[in-house]
Order: sequence, then C-alpha cells, then structure tokens
Amino acid sequence: MQDLLRRYGAGLTTIICLLVFFWLAILVVIPNITLFESSFRPYLPVTEVGGPKDVYSFDNYLKVFGGEVEVSPLGFTFLIPVHVLTFFLTMWYSVVVTVLCFAIAYPMAYYMSKIANPRSVPTLVLLIFVPLWVSEVLRAFAWWIILAFKGPLNSLLLALGLIEAPVRWITDYDAVVIGLIYTYVLFMLFPVYNAISSLDTNQIEAAEDLGAPWWKIHWRIVLPHAKPGVASGSVMVFMLSAGSLLVPSILGSTTSQWFTQTINQWFNDALDWNTASAYAFLLLFLCTVFVALAMWAFKVKLSDIAK
Amino acid sequence: MSAGIDLENVCCDFGSFRAVDHANVSIQPGEFFSFLGPSGCGKTTILRMISGFIDPTQGSIRIGGKDMRGQRPNQRPTALIFQNLALFPLMPIWENISFGLEVRGVGKAERRAKAEELLKLVDLPGAADKMVSQLSGGQKQRVAIARALAVEPQVMLLDEPLSALDLKLRQHMRAELRAIQKRTGVTFIYITHDQGEALAMSDRVGVMSHGRIQQIANPRDIYNNPVNGFVASFVGENNIFTGDVGATADGIAAFSTPHGTFRARLGEKATGKGVKLYVRPEHTLISPAQPAENAIHGRVEEVSFEGNFIAIHAVTDSGMKMTAELRNDGSSAIPEVGAQVWMGFDATRAAILPDAETKG
Amino acid sequence: MHRIRLTLSHLYATVFIVYLIAPLLVMAGAAFNDSKLPSIVPWKGWTTRWFAEMAADDRMMLAFVNTLWVAAAVAILSVIVGTASAILINSISGRVRTMIYGLMISTILIPGIVIGISTMLLWTKVGNTLDTDFFLFGAGLHLSVLGQVSYIAAMVMLLVLARLQSFDTGLEEAALDLGASHAQVMRRILLPHLYPAIGAGAAVAFFQSIENYNVTQFTRGGADTLTVYVFSKVRSGITPTINALAVIMISVTILAAILYELRRRRQERLMAAMAPPEE
Repeated sequence: MQDLLRRYGAGLTTIICLLVFFWLAILVVIPNITLFESSFRPYLPVTEVGGPKDVYSFDNYLKVFGGEVEVSPLGFTFLIPVHVLTFFLTMWYSVVVTVLCFAIAYPMAYYMSKIANPRSVPTLVLLIFVPLWVSEVLRAFAWWIILAFKGPLNSLLLALGLIEAPVRWITDYDAVVIGLIYTYVLFMLFPVYNAISSLDTNQIEAAEDLGAPWWKIHWRIVLPHAKPGVASGSVMVFMLSAGSLLVPSILGSTTSQWFTQTINQWFNDALDWNTASAYAFLLLFLCTVFVALAMWAFKVKLSDIAK
Repeated sequence: MSAGIDLENVCCDFGSFRAVDHANVSIQPGEFFSFLGPSGCGKTTILRMISGFIDPTQGSIRIGGKDMRGQRPNQRPTALIFQNLALFPLMPIWENISFGLEVRGVGKAERRAKAEELLKLVDLPGAADKMVSQLSGGQKQRVAIARALAVEPQVMLLDEPLSALDLKLRQHMRAELRAIQKRTGVTFIYITHDQGEALAMSDRVGVMSHGRIQQIANPRDIYNNPVNGFVASFVGENNIFTGDVGATADGIAAFSTPHGTFRARLGEKATGKGVKLYVRPEHTLISPAQPAENAIHGRVEEVSFEGNFIAIHAVTDSGMKMTAELRNDGSSAIPEVGAQVWMGFDATRAAILPDAETKG
Repeated sequence: MHRIRLTLSHLYATVFIVYLIAPLLVMAGAAFNDSKLPSIVPWKGWTTRWFAEMAADDRMMLAFVNTLWVAAAVAILSVIVGTASAILINSISGRVRTMIYGLMISTILIPGIVIGISTMLLWTKVGNTLDTDFFLFGAGLHLSVLGQVSYIAAMVMLLVLARLQSFDTGLEEAALDLGASHAQVMRRILLPHLYPAIGAGAAVAFFQSIENYNVTQFTRGGADTLTVYVFSKVRSGITPTINALAVIMISVTILAAILYELRRRRQERLMAAMAPPEE
C-alpha cells in the first residue's frame, strides 16, 4: 500500500482501492453472503417475508435427502435420495471429463511446445482458439447435430462400415461427457502447454542421451515439471464441468440429470430461490472441498496453481 | 545553473539495518563528485535520498542551500540517470528527451526544438524520430543524459550508468561525460563501484563502506594518501604487513613484524599492536641488490605480463607473498622465476593505517 | 526422435485440429442445407433461405443487439476494474496480497450458477428493503452485466498483471524525477505499456460475455441474449436459422483471427528491420 501511494499518489490510490472494493465486496463477497443467508430462510410469499414464519432453519438443505430411488451399481442394490444421486453423478462425470481432457490435451500440449516448429506455433494457437471464441451454446449445439440418431456421425460410421446399425449417442450421460470434453478441453490444453513450454528442452535431450525410453522421459521429467499446469487445468475443467448448465441441458438424455439442472428447476421453475440458494451453496462448497481434497491427494499446493 | 549539495548527519535505516550512517559532505556547485564503494555500501541509498525517492531517517539534505525535507522527486532540481537508463520504450527519442518539458506544459514545437538541440549537445544528431530499441548501448546512454539535461537540473545524479557497456565504450563515455559536465557546468554526482571510473572523472571522491563515508578527497589523495586500510585496499592493490607500532619521529614510525622491522609513514589513529602496513605494488622495489631501507629477501614465484606493466609475485624467506610491479619500458631488469631477489620500499611511500570505520 | 514417432505426433496434432474444427464445419454446413432439421445428412440441396429467415427473426435480432450492449458494458467495466486490481496486486505483498489475489482468482472458479443466483438475490433484496421499483434492483440485463463482471474482471486482471510484471518500475521513477505528476505517470508511462494487455483483456471480456449463459439465465428477467435465445431454440422447435447465425459468428471470429495474425506477422518483420546498430 505504501508502494502504491508512493508510485501513484493519494488520488489515484483511492480510486484504485475503490474499484477493487466495488468488485470484491459489492460484486463477489456480499452477494455470496446474501446467498448463504437466504439459503437458511423458508420460501414465503412476499407479504410474509420478515414475518413470524421467516425463521432460520436447515429445511432447505434437508430437501436434498427427500425422494429416494433404487440404484444398483456393481450388483449392490440400495436406496439413495435422488438429489444426492444427481450430485454424485455430476461429480463422477466431471472427474471423467477432467481425466479424458487431460488424456487428449497432454500429447497436443507436448507437441505444441516441444515438437512443432516454433515459428508455426502462434498460427497453431490461433487455429485452436477459433472454437474457443465461438460461443459455448453453439459448440454444444454442433455436437447435438453430429450425435443425432440420423446425424452425420452415424452416417459416416455406417458408410465406413464400422457399425452396422445407427448408434444412439444421446443416451444416459454419454453425449454430456462428449460435449463437455469438447467444450472445455482447451482449458486443459493451455495451462499444460504453458507449463511444458517452460521446461528446458536440454533436460529432455539429457534424459534421452542417458538412455531413458520415451515414456520414462514423460513420467520422470516432463510430467513432474508440468504438474502445476496440469493441476490448474484440472481444477478449471472440473469446476467448469460441474457448474455447466448449457451442455447437460442440450446434450442430456431423458435419464441424465446434472446438479445445476436441479438448481435451475428450483430457481426458474419452482421459483423457490431459497432452496435454490441452499443447493447452489452445496454445489460451491462441496466442489471446493472435493478440489481441496484432490489437491491434497496429489500434493499440489495452492500457490502452484495461482501463480 | 548549478547548485551545491550539503548532507548533514544523514542517516537512513531499513528496519534495523542502517544503510547510511551519519553522512556529512558538502559538494560544491559545478563539481564532479563521485561516491565510490562496493555494492551494499550505501552509495545508491544516498543518491536516492538526494533525488527524493527515499526519505532520510535523520539529518538534513540541502540543495542550493534549500532544505529538501518533504520535497517529492518531481519537485527537486535534480535529474537522475538510472543504472538501466529507464528510457521510455514506447516513445520516440525526441519525446523521451522532452518528456520533462511535456509534463511542464511546454508546447510541442518548442519541445521538438529543445530535443534537437540537446541531441546535438550529446553528439547524436538525427536520432530524434528513432525508437529506443533502434539505438545501441552508447547511444541510449547519450539519450538518457540529454533527457536529464532537458529539464535544466541544477544537479545531475548518475547511478552507475556505464556499468552495462563494454570496456572500450566505457572508457570513451567517461571522457564524454566529463566533457558534457564541463560544457554544462551542472553539478554531477556519480555513483560507481569502479575505482578507475571514479578516479578518472571526478573532482573529488567519497569512498564509502558499510554506510559510512570513509574519506573525501581528490582522486590523487585518495590513491596516494588513503586514510585507512579499507580505502587503501578498495582503490588499489597492496602488500600488507601486520605488526606493532614502535618509536615515531617526524611522522615516520618503526613497525615490527614477523618479517622484519620496517619504517613507514604513520597514519592518523593507527597506534598500538596488530595494525597494518600498506605498500602499493608499484612502490615495491625489486632488485638483485639489497636496498638501503626496509629490505626483505625472497624468491620469485611467478612473472606475469600485463601489458603496460609486469607483475612479479615473490615469496619472502619468512613465507609471505608479495607483489611488485615494474613498468614495461625497459628501465628495469625483469627477474626470472626462481631468482633470489631483494625487495624494499621507500618509508614515505608506505603507510601504517587503521582499519575502516564501521560504527560510531 | 525416431521418424515413426515424429510422424505419429504430426498425425495426432492434425487429428486434434480436425476434432476441434470439424464440428464447426458441420454446423456451418447445415446452414446451407435445404432441410427443416439442422443437419448435413441427408443433403437436400443448397439454399440461403435460412439466412433470410434469420434476418426476419425479430426476436433474434433484438437478442443480438442486447448481446452487443451487454458485452460492451462488461468489457468496459471489466477492463477498468481488472486493470485497477492488477495495479493494486502488483504493488502490495505478503499475506494481504495472497488473500486478495486468492479471492480474485476464486471468482473464475465459482460456478456461474452461484454467481447468477447470488447477484439476483442481493439486488432484489436491496430493492425490497428500500421498497423501490427502481430498475437497478430488479431482474434484467444490467444485473447480468454486474454478475458477468464479477468473474470476467479476474481474467482481465490476470492478463494485465502478466504485462505489469514485465514493466520496469524505474520508468515511473524516471518520469517522476523529470517532474511528472502521478496522473501524468499513469497516463504517459504505465497505461501505454499496458495497452496491449488491456486490449486483449477487452477482447476476452467481450467474447466471454457473449458466450455467457449461466449468469445471464439467472439474472436476465425477461430479456434475451443470443446465447439464451439459441438455447431456447435448441430446446423448442429448432430450425437451421441457428446455423445461419453460427456461420456469421464463426466467420467474424475467423476474420478477426486472420487480421490479428497478419498484424502479428507484420510487427514481427518490423521488429526484425529495426534492430539496433552494432557498436
């Protein structure tokens, strides 16, 4: 702060601090506190807000445990509340999306930073950026066309003789996962690319010179170096996937339900903003806990990600 | 226009670390004054206090007799030339030079004319519309000087501006800087860790160590009559003997060491046991014959040819390493490696000095 | 590297690019297919009628105009807030910096749905408390702007901060030393250095705003933006007018990309031509 004053004087420092305050307090912290507070209040008609019925309770949170369904993973059959199930499936498929994004993006990131001609990399980056600039809803829509039962993908596979009858792609969570990967793979690619770019190529050559096989070079040299990039890419992709509403809505099937869709139903269909707040808070809180646990398990420090 | 600068008991603390300790110096208007010392000695801190980027913890700084307390950098009659020059990369040269005028509200035509004039002064005509990235190191140097001169400062502050240049160019720019200073008459305060630079350019030099100014004198006195061991060592090479001061007469003292008893000038504050005697290598005589005074016998270990002089490294019979330098003009015979030789020095050319002042 | 592995890696890169681009081509192709359902199979012949229908779709045009307004507002606000934040972060240190910086970054990770709901809750609540119908406190695109700024500002902040880290603070001192005021230092020295990042930040903010769905969906009230409109079309009776819209958006994007690339190459040549002389 002393530094700021010395460099920019009192007037500018005040303006800068006010702008930051406007952002962090008015746009971020206070709305989230409001959300947290509202999540403990009942949904009431406007006339009764602030009345005797407007008391704090956990009722909104307890709605998560209503309405059980039967599931039988791995042959074990048991009952589970439907919203809890939705939540777990959202988490699980977000993890699947994250892992697959890494698997797809890593070779490309390595290619761009160490194999491709450095002069052509800016052009390559630009080409890759094109889908990122095209809006998310259109990207999901594109896959809605491609994956349609009578769509181009089935036509192509039939023509190539790879399948004999059309495949129903938009079923269960399959299309959602495909769509999320396409939508968010670049959020994995760029952090990993940046991380690998900062690796001195001499280290790879030294390892090669010492006789290390290619997979060992990646496992022992490149991956450890790229770990912060992989971590920030993974956190990004996971949070975006779990928080996505568009892709699950467009590419979802009758049997798929994303947790954000449940929140949307509370908010926009049932108009119960308080329960929607409780669910939204649960999403934010549990995702954060999950990411923190994952980072702890993979020995990633927060400072590695937020450089 | 130039102004003198007075530092009176100036101290500067960073936390518990005292970077500058009771600095007292009075710099004359139009003087070329250098602060010389190793990195971390406090010389840059002094410069930044004069320019106003740091406030002294205590003491006062006066420029042209006026106390500078509370005056911000943009209110002081000083112009600083940064170590990395800090030229504005996004402005063409002429805008760089006239930036100080621009912020004072001077019109464009006048600024342009002033920039052209200053470019001539620093011998860089025709560079006005170039960008900083198009200039070489020496040219950037000149632009930085022109930019500082544009605001007609009473005092120019230079923070090791030559350190990024290669040797040849550095020597050329020394002469150039000196010439510009003489032409403009502005007071120059120059910061450097290069004793050659300080001695060659300055009217006076202040040698610093551990935040304290050890000695202020003209370059000749700094070299020939250092007040203490630090100054003697920092501005040149020495053969150093440790010993005890004995009987003194006419400023010449007897000095007993394990290598023999010598006679040398006694510096101020150098008394008692365990003090040091300093002899410069070029004042160390070396010959096959025993000299009349301060004679030490030894054997030549190595002869190294340095161009304009030849350094003879010898070891005395008592096991001490000594160096003597002979001029490469054929005036003296160069001993062979392994030769038995006598070394010695003139009592008036050697000094018994105290260690550096560090506190107090 | 072995020849086979090199070939394989080139092949992989090609497949990756095809994977990224092909869906866009399929979507664009469907805009020209004379079929009521948006697809490229079966191909029923060339047509441009979907473009004509799109132009005649008033709701879509309104949504388009709304989108541009929202995106422009988001870009302006995010650039101002993001730049100020980057300057603040760059000149503080220690635990305060870690805390504020962490808070700023976390806004990118907060699910949009949470931002949308919380923004909506706060402003309507303030409106209820003040018992006013003033538009600011009701649902509408202005709340979408505030909600979007709350995380897009962080992206601008990161871009500007990266640029700030290559800034030599000595330049500010030099300008101050030459007599410049703080405002002059900001305007003549710091901001010109930051302009490339600020420009990039504005572009990112603009496009991020266009593609935002989550925040907008929960704050928009009755107003449409393109994303919301397209979404509603996808769910209820879709026609290839959406594809026609996609063709236009992709074309604009590619055009912008080409212009950017040409500019970059020209600057590269310029830099090469401006090398300083040998001493």
